[in-house]
Amino acid sequence: MAHLSGAAVKRIEEICDQYTDEKTPLIMILSTIQREFGYVPLEVQEVVSRKTGISVAEIYGVVTFYSFFSLTPKGKHVIGCCLGTACYVKDAQKVIDRFCNDLGIEPGGTTEDRMFTIDALRCIGACAAAPAVTIDGKIYARVDVSDVPKIIDEYRLMEGGAA
Amino acid sequence: MSLVNITIEGRPYQVEEGLTILEAARQCGYEIPSLCTYNHGECNQGSCRVCLVEATGARGLAASCVFPVAEGMEVKINSPKAVAARRTSVELLLSNHNVNCQQCGKSGKCELQHVARIVGAREGMFQGAKTPTTYDDASPSLVRDTSKCILCGRCIARCKNAHGNGVLGFENRGFDAKVGPAQDISFMESPCLMCGQCVTVCPTGALMPKTEIDKVDFARAQGKFMVVQTAPAVRAALGEEFGLPIGTPVTGKMAAALRRLGFDRVYDTDFGADLTIMEEANELLDRVKNDGVLPMITSCSPGWVNWAETYNADLLPHISSCKSPHQMQGAIIKSYFAEQNGLDPKDIFVVSIMPCTAKKFEKDRPQMEVDGIRDVDAVLTVRELGDLIKRSGMQFNRLPEEGFDYDIMGTATGAGVIFGVTGGVMEAALRTAYKVLEGKEYYAVRFEAVRGMKGIKEATVTMGGMDVRVAVASGMTNAQVLLDQIREGTSPYHFIEIMCCPGGCINGGGMPIVRHAFLPNEDVDIVDTYRQKRAAALYTEDERNTLRQSHNNPQIVELYERFLEKPNSHLSHRLLHTTYAAREPFRVADTEDVEIDL
Repeated sequence: MAHLSGAAVKRIEEICDQYTDEKTPLIMILSTIQREFGYVPLEVQEVVSRKTGISVAEIYGVVTFYSFFSLTPKGKHVIGCCLGTACYVKDAQKVIDRFCNDLGIEPGGTTEDRMFTIDALRCIGACAAAPAVTIDGKIYARVDVSDVPKIIDEYRLMEGGAA
Repeated sequence: MSLVNITIEGRPYQVEEGLTILEAARQCGYEIPSLCTYNHGECNQGSCRVCLVEATGARGLAASCVFPVAEGMEVKINSPKAVAARRTSVELLLSNHNVNCQQCGKSGKCELQHVARIVGAREGMFQGAKTPTTYDDASPSLVRDTSKCILCGRCIARCKNAHGNGVLGFENRGFDAKVGPAQDISFMESPCLMCGQCVTVCPTGALMPKTEIDKVDFARAQGKFMVVQTAPAVRAALGEEFGLPIGTPVTGKMAAALRRLGFDRVYDTDFGADLTIMEEANELLDRVKNDGVLPMITSCSPGWVNWAETYNADLLPHISSCKSPHQMQGAIIKSYFAEQNGLDPKDIFVVSIMPCTAKKFEKDRPQMEVDGIRDVDAVLTVRELGDLIKRSGMQFNRLPEEGFDYDIMGTATGAGVIFGVTGGVMEAALRTAYKVLEGKEYYAVRFEAVRGMKGIKEATVTMGGMDVRVAVASGMTNAQVLLDQIREGTSPYHFIEIMCCPGGCINGGGMPIVRHAFLPNEDVDIVDTYRQKRAAALYTEDERNTLRQSHNNPQIVELYERFLEKPNSHLSHRLLHTTYAAREPFRVADTEDVEIDL
């Protein structure tokens, strides 16, 4: 198993302490960890379990129930392709297929350089913008398959890489 | 307690307010089929949708296991709408079920099978994809087969209620959901105690003990000298496998059955229990006299030992070094008994009949051998023994009453038989400690304060001018309270008995299944009372025994005179004592060595 650095354990414990006043703190704790660490692996769940007294099985259940949480590291930029009904009838499947093809990963996967993760999402509530793609919270409306390379390049350039 | 007026099928009844429709109906003589609910809301997910009824005040059909009764409510169990809905619910469950009932070990005691028959489920009504499944038989104790799981959540609730650690949980979502230890790992890699409480509540064959009947068959076929021993709790419940009322002691028929199954010797683990008391009581007195680590804690329950090694490794020096009774007896069978009978210990095969699934794990512990000779070769649960007897064609209820074999370890005391119930080991130890410290037997014999089904019991017994403080806990949630006291330095006790399963071995994971649906002749409160009924069978056997204290067992005295010399002798330590080691809760094999950092 992977092991946690002392600093990581300390930070996780701090995060747990932040939500001791919450009636049901688990989702808050896990959300913060997901945002800061990029994933919530079993080793991290064990620390949360020791600190909160909630069983690892229950924590694991929550982590695998919500698609927001991930057991493997997510990329720096998470490309969320909406496959809800409205987007789907507007050819969203072709959009996500193009992202997958260009980045060489499956939905849910992360590129080797840890730069991109592709997530298939159910309705994100932006049906007027169908087919919609969301990257790091920014929404791309009415995405056409031909837009995909341009969008990927935008983030590669942002990171100082070659387009 | 206020009552409400309801009608069921048009007939008026008065029932307690606050009951669910299902519980109220049961009291009125109706058994509504149900799969997920268990034991007064211990598990009340309302998830299986098998208990649907028509009830006024409900929107649509009501799940009777979670819907409370109300004044004036009209309940219809048998309306065409309710009957059809229940059938559809069961047919949907079956559509995602691995229906191999004939080969399934749960057949006959499977609630899904039972309910499917009751509601008249039709074959092949819904067909389609099935959820990807996990089959885990890596542990010596338990098998998890999610192809038979109906996601009722009973096992999750029981694990959490009894032990607080909750090894089991739901994982994934929707169609991919399954129940298992985190990350779908094996029980063997998880902090599972192997106690089998989950097995006792599972409605289907998804959680089962791992059978060792094949091992026993193979040993017989090889011509091994077969020795069997039966734990105290077994006699209090084996009859249930043959339709006898709960709490019927079947010691005599059990001995008769084992002899007819081809065992060369049929012994009572109560003898091993007596031996345990001799060793443990003397270990305790030694610790008291010589400023040893106190309080001392019993070591008979392998589920508890697993809990200690996993979560309380700093307290391991508190646990008695005594092996559990059947391991002690196994070690004596393969040494003294072998010597006396001119047998090579390698040719002896020791089978323990236990109320316990964790005993299967315990007998495989690396410590449980002497010079490469395993103490015990196979552990069968009470249900497995029931299966063996049924397979043999014997009519159990028509067997004569016979005794255990008398040679060498045939005598057992009442102190040994009460080991099977919470507080029993403590009472047996107190009887012997009293004799040692006071020089005479305790006049009342019984120590009432340590009896009963309470999760934590305590008592102070004055003997030899000393106030001996003791405590008894069953279920790890209760035990942890006493353990935390020790850690904080506030524990007032000298001696603590801990048993893993709530109520002790009479409620073990290897005991027969107790369900209303299968026990129409028992009282409606049987799920509340079966532990007391089984315990009563053991206390009665104790009362009827002329020998009530372990130190008065003549064959124990003889064993020390002729072989072991004295309790805690050098030889005793070699054969009858063991060691413990800390272990990680999660023992997943190393696949990657990366550091997780910010």
